[in-house]
Amino acid sequence: MNTVSNTAASASTLATPLRAALVGNPNCGKTALFNRLTGARQKVANYAGVTVERKEGFATMPSGRVLRLLDLPGAYSLNATSPDEAITRDIVLGNHPSEPRPELLICVIDATNLRLHLRFALELAQLGQPMIVSLNMMDAAEKRGIKIDRERLQSELGVPVIETIAVRKEGAAGLLAALDGVLPTAPAKTDDTDLHVRVQALLDAAVSVPRRTSELDDKLDHWVLHPVFGMLILAAIMFLMFQAVFTWAAPFQDGIEASVAWLGSFIGASLPDGMLKSLLVDGIIAGTGSVLVFLPQILLLFLFILCLEESGYLPRAAFLLDRFMLASGLSGRAFIPLLSSFACAIPGIMATRSIQNPRDRFLTIMVAPLMTCSARLPVYALLIGAFVPDRTVLGYVNLQGLVLFGLYLLAIVSALVVAWVVKHFGSANQDAALLMELPAWRLPHWKDVGIGLYERASIFTKRVGGIILALSVMIWFLSSFPTPPADWHGSAIEYSFAGHIGRAMQSIFAPIGFNWQICVALIPGLAAREVAVSGLATVYAVGGGQDEAAQALAPLIAAQWSLGTGLALLAWYVYAPQCLSTLAVMRRETGSMRSVGIALAYLFGLAWLAAFIAFHLGKAIA
Amino acid sequence: MKLSTLQRGAQAVVKSVEALHLGDAIAQRLRELGFVPGEAIRVVAHGPMGADTIAVQIGFTRFALRRAEAARVRVSLDTSPVAA
Repeated sequence: MNTVSNTAASASTLATPLRAALVGNPNCGKTALFNRLTGARQKVANYAGVTVERKEGFATMPSGRVLRLLDLPGAYSLNATSPDEAITRDIVLGNHPSEPRPELLICVIDATNLRLHLRFALELAQLGQPMIVSLNMMDAAEKRGIKIDRERLQSELGVPVIETIAVRKEGAAGLLAALDGVLPTAPAKTDDTDLHVRVQALLDAAVSVPRRTSELDDKLDHWVLHPVFGMLILAAIMFLMFQAVFTWAAPFQDGIEASVAWLGSFIGASLPDGMLKSLLVDGIIAGTGSVLVFLPQILLLFLFILCLEESGYLPRAAFLLDRFMLASGLSGRAFIPLLSSFACAIPGIMATRSIQNPRDRFLTIMVAPLMTCSARLPVYALLIGAFVPDRTVLGYVNLQGLVLFGLYLLAIVSALVVAWVVKHFGSANQDAALLMELPAWRLPHWKDVGIGLYERASIFTKRVGGIILALSVMIWFLSSFPTPPADWHGSAIEYSFAGHIGRAMQSIFAPIGFNWQICVALIPGLAAREVAVSGLATVYAVGGGQDEAAQALAPLIAAQWSLGTGLALLAWYVYAPQCLSTLAVMRRETGSMRSVGIALAYLFGLAWLAAFIAFHLGKAIA
Repeated sequence: MKLSTLQRGAQAVVKSVEALHLGDAIAQRLRELGFVPGEAIRVVAHGPMGADTIAVQIGFTRFALRRAEAARVRVSLDTSPVAA
């Protein structure tokens, strides 16, 4: 390219953005660099047809030209072994059906992990594409006394090498300036010397490392990966996480509940009685409010998971737990998503993104709804209060507490059994590998945690919120229409579509002891499980808020239902897949209706079977 | 000897990675990650319950593997590095 055409090109290209892609090994600090370069100017979506996250962002270069930056999934090699790596390979090679080949590759390498990362940089350089190497985490390298001859590395690699510190404010300014202007010439093709041999030669020529590992990392790993102390540390972290999720979130949840109630009564007072008021107050506000209440818990959970992920602890927890999880056919990485599902299955299913193996991920998503989420607690509390006597057994154990514990245990055991069954009778298992990097320990940076939290919160409120809104309206419609005539003596819901559906459902639910009132309550319970309590309150025409309703309801159902029915409903809720938000997020994360269908069918089957057994057990005891 | 039989804390040098079958993706990936002849390797930790998982240090990087994966890696306890 001569200079005349260069200036001509730069005048016309100023208006068109430069399409570049960040590519590098996992844990090279690529996403932190992406956040540093693009800030809040990001768009997160999925690549067409797969559930691999597509992140694109924009930045302005010194000349004013826009940089359009794609953050490709981390990859160890172009010889892909996971859907993430396949996306990166296809885009880098220009084989992706909908993504054009980037004009420039920015290969990010961790200056403290050059032995591994330089190999991939060399592999990418062989493609003969314009490329810049971002020598990242230079601050960490300096701290460890690692000396890198940047100019030597640049001349040996044949591409520009720019030092970056993604976590520092001006840490990417040099990179942004280097991207501006004429594209660097593509690296020359090299002979086919083994890449590892070339990496070793590069290290010998340009890098001096006093110590292969960081001393702090060695000390931390000595305790954290220890078979005994490591497990104790893990237990302590999990305990703290759950304490936080349930206690710190409580004031925020109370606040949301109070605001929803205030909004409901404010709108209720300012609107005339009628359909519109009922739709707004009973349908939209009450319906979305009942799910929005879980947002503080979900955000706190995400905050913990993000910090654990950023610090490098998550793969270490997976290392410790792999053996336990493998026994049932799950991988160690499934632990955190499943644990999160005890608060709510939605963040749990979203957290399965850290599981690379598609089969492991699918299995984890399938069993996540079995973990006893906090929305089930109000239902359990009502039913246990009504049907299990409050007395002490075996000396000092409270029977009600024991039953609650049993329900949690039953759910966990069921999940393990389901996973085991799938493993042994499901599709042929390919060589399931653990093989994962335990990245260097890192202090999470507030910016990266903040952006991650914002992303997850917006997925929850936008995607799930839309569905919940639509469903709330639908359920309100079903339970409000048609309105009963003036001389109707029963409750209004009895006369409505929901009432009719409830009666129609009887043929399926009579064998497990559910009366029509329970069947009707199951319908509003679709929005969120705990709404079933207020559903029952509506059917039995008990007034008041959820807590008062539960108090008034307990003696009522204790008198009207048989013990078998009470136990059957408890057993039903251990499995029941009837949280539509969970199904919606499952659809989003797996990208297929088929997997939602599978989950729905097997959970429904298990719920029915368990309720059937509980019903007959209860009849036998009574 | 195999990497999977090394004690915790043991130092060794990689001799080879053996593919268990044709197109063994795990063996291929191990080589890409730096499990190549002459590379020094150290067993950092054994997982709980029968140590089915092991953590190793190779190059500047730490990896966790299952025993079945580690069994593909032949090592020698000779700690003097092989000339690269």
